[in-house]
Amino acid sequence: MENKQRKGSRKTFYLKMVSGSLIRRASRLIIAVLAIAIGATILSGLVTIYYDIPEQLGREFRSYGANLIVLPRGEAKITRDSLKSLENLIGANKIVGMAPYRYQTVKINEQPYIIAGTDLAQAQKNSPFWYIEGKWGDSSDINAVMVGHEIAQTLNLKLGDTFMIQGVKYGEQAEASGQNLSAIENQKRDTARQNFHKNLKVCGIVSTGGAEEGFIFVDVDMLDDLIGDTFRADVIECSVVADANELSLISNKIEKEIPALQPRAVRRLTQSQDIVLGKLQALVLLVTVIVLIITMISVYTTMMAMVAERKREIALKKALGAENKLVMSELLGEGVLLGVIGGAVGVFLGFEFALRVSLNVFGRGINFQWILIPITIAVFVAITVAASIIPVRKVMDIHPAIVLKGE
Amino acid sequence: MSDKILELKNVSKIYGSLKALADINLSVNAGDWLSIMGPSGSGKTTMINIIGCMDTPSLGNVILDGVDISKENAANLTRIRRNKIGLIFQQFHLISYLTAVENVMVAQYYHSMPDEEEAMEALAKVGLQDRAHHLPAQLSGGEQQRVCIARALINSPQILLGDEPTGNLDEENEAIVVDIFRRLHDEGVTIIIVTHDPEVGDVAQRKIILEHGKIVNDIDQSATFGEALKLRN
Ligand SMILES: Nc1ncnc2c1ncn2[C@@H]1O[C@H](COP(=O)(O)OP(=O)(O)OP(=O)(O)O)[C@@H](O)[C@H]1O
Ligand SMILES: [Mg+2]
Repeated sequence: MENKQRKGSRKTFYLKMVSGSLIRRASRLIIAVLAIAIGATILSGLVTIYYDIPEQLGREFRSYGANLIVLPRGEAKITRDSLKSLENLIGANKIVGMAPYRYQTVKINEQPYIIAGTDLAQAQKNSPFWYIEGKWGDSSDINAVMVGHEIAQTLNLKLGDTFMIQGVKYGEQAEASGQNLSAIENQKRDTARQNFHKNLKVCGIVSTGGAEEGFIFVDVDMLDDLIGDTFRADVIECSVVADANELSLISNKIEKEIPALQPRAVRRLTQSQDIVLGKLQALVLLVTVIVLIITMISVYTTMMAMVAERKREIALKKALGAENKLVMSELLGEGVLLGVIGGAVGVFLGFEFALRVSLNVFGRGINFQWILIPITIAVFVAITVAASIIPVRKVMDIHPAIVLKGE
Repeated sequence: MSDKILELKNVSKIYGSLKALADINLSVNAGDWLSIMGPSGSGKTTMINIIGCMDTPSLGNVILDGVDISKENAANLTRIRRNKIGLIFQQFHLISYLTAVENVMVAQYYHSMPDEEEAMEALAKVGLQDRAHHLPAQLSGGEQQRVCIARALINSPQILLGDEPTGNLDEENEAIVVDIFRRLHDEGVTIIIVTHDPEVGDVAQRKIILEHGKIVNDIDQSATFGEALKLRN
């Protein structure tokens, strides 16, 4: 009982000495704390970013177009129900864009063209990189449509121009224009009951350098109305936040749960996403390791300087009969305390840092990871202890008689 | 007849070709007050370091309280020093970030157990109870040396060793410190003091003079002992 009491008071005095040294020598230690805090800031910041990169970069990569193409299985087309099930299956939080496409042949000036009915807002989310002269069409003005650059050139269309499309309604037979009929006859045939025609206005000209330049993009509901049919899509283009693995999991799930659909991952895109991601994470890891090493070096030099600076105090303690390990444990205790303080300061600064990086680079915020507090502190305590071992061992070389003799 | 607390038998300390101590023989009785004098470089510090277990002789034996310490390793010397020796330094060597009482408690901490009450009593004995919670920088040189004495005595050592303990003090503080020694001597503490100051050397019971590492004079001062440097009230 009494023994316990006595042990407690030894510990108390130990803490008093360690904290007293830190508090009363605070100005000397600010640099050390700063070094550790900066290290901890960068470390916890980078770790936060490291874990956030897949998510962030995944979203970023989604601006390179759809990474999942869904086709109907067999001859049937994709229904509204299948589209809904697909959306539910993938999950709204993972979907960047999901655009169904219905392709329809129409005639303009008696020449055939392909019109693509889609959800223009979703298509824009899928393909933000399309270069649009003018603006993206949207559901607010369904007669304002986008035409591919190639079509615009062929038909000599400019922004604001109108043009007429004609075609045969869904399920009806087209009567071929007769070679031997007059233009007026042909016109009559085209405007008959089984046919449709409509004037559209060019609100945007699409340049992609790809097949899109040969299409006319319109609102899918408008197109359905025009051809007199319900929603039936030929393909759904999805932009999903997922790496190659997740994407193949999603594909498997679709095949299993929605038999009407046939998913195809756009492999080239997901693979390059994974490669870039891997490289970025490796880079962050490398920087983290370098920061840890630099922190260790600076703690090492600080502790080395501290031992040198306090040579007399150490010699005095040894002269008073202190065993080496007691003196070393005091210095190490100070190191640990520095690590705790620096680490704690660093966690919060690190989050601030990560947040700023994320906002600037990815334009999104991040969540604070509470688990980082104990981890960062533990890592920096470990680092300070590791970096202090050699300096603290110098205690053993200090000879009280020699050190205390000097003036 | 008193007990021998310390005995040096043919002790030499050799640095290369230099004999800092040359074949020293000395015995000190418990409760004695001995001063060591001599010119600079005569080996005074070397001798007191060997007695204080801070150094070992090159040749010869040192028997401290019945134990030969001349062949002990560093860890054992540390333990013996902790238990039997109280050290006072010319430069005080107080820990700058600890208060007076905490500086005394440091010695307790390494010896056994910090005990603030006891440390306060020790400070009271040297007349510093009012300054116990000041940092060394806030104390005068004389006050710092008194803290140093309180620290040296806190674990009840068998021998109090001082290498020029009054070397950095003015006359008044020197007298205060000598007065404390006198009281400690009355309580039976063995005191060995190195000094350059003849007055301080003269107040001891016995004075030895070193020259070139040899004791050239060993003077019994019991007749005049206690006369000099009395504190004038
Ligand atoms: N570590 C050492 N290495 C080499 N020579 C030493 C060492 N320590 C002391 N000496 C030498 O031993 C001799 C005695 O030194 P010591 O310090 O004992 O003298 P001292 O009597 O205390 O002198 P002072 O009155 O100046 O303090 C000196 O010549 C000194 O140069
Ligand atoms: Mg000396």
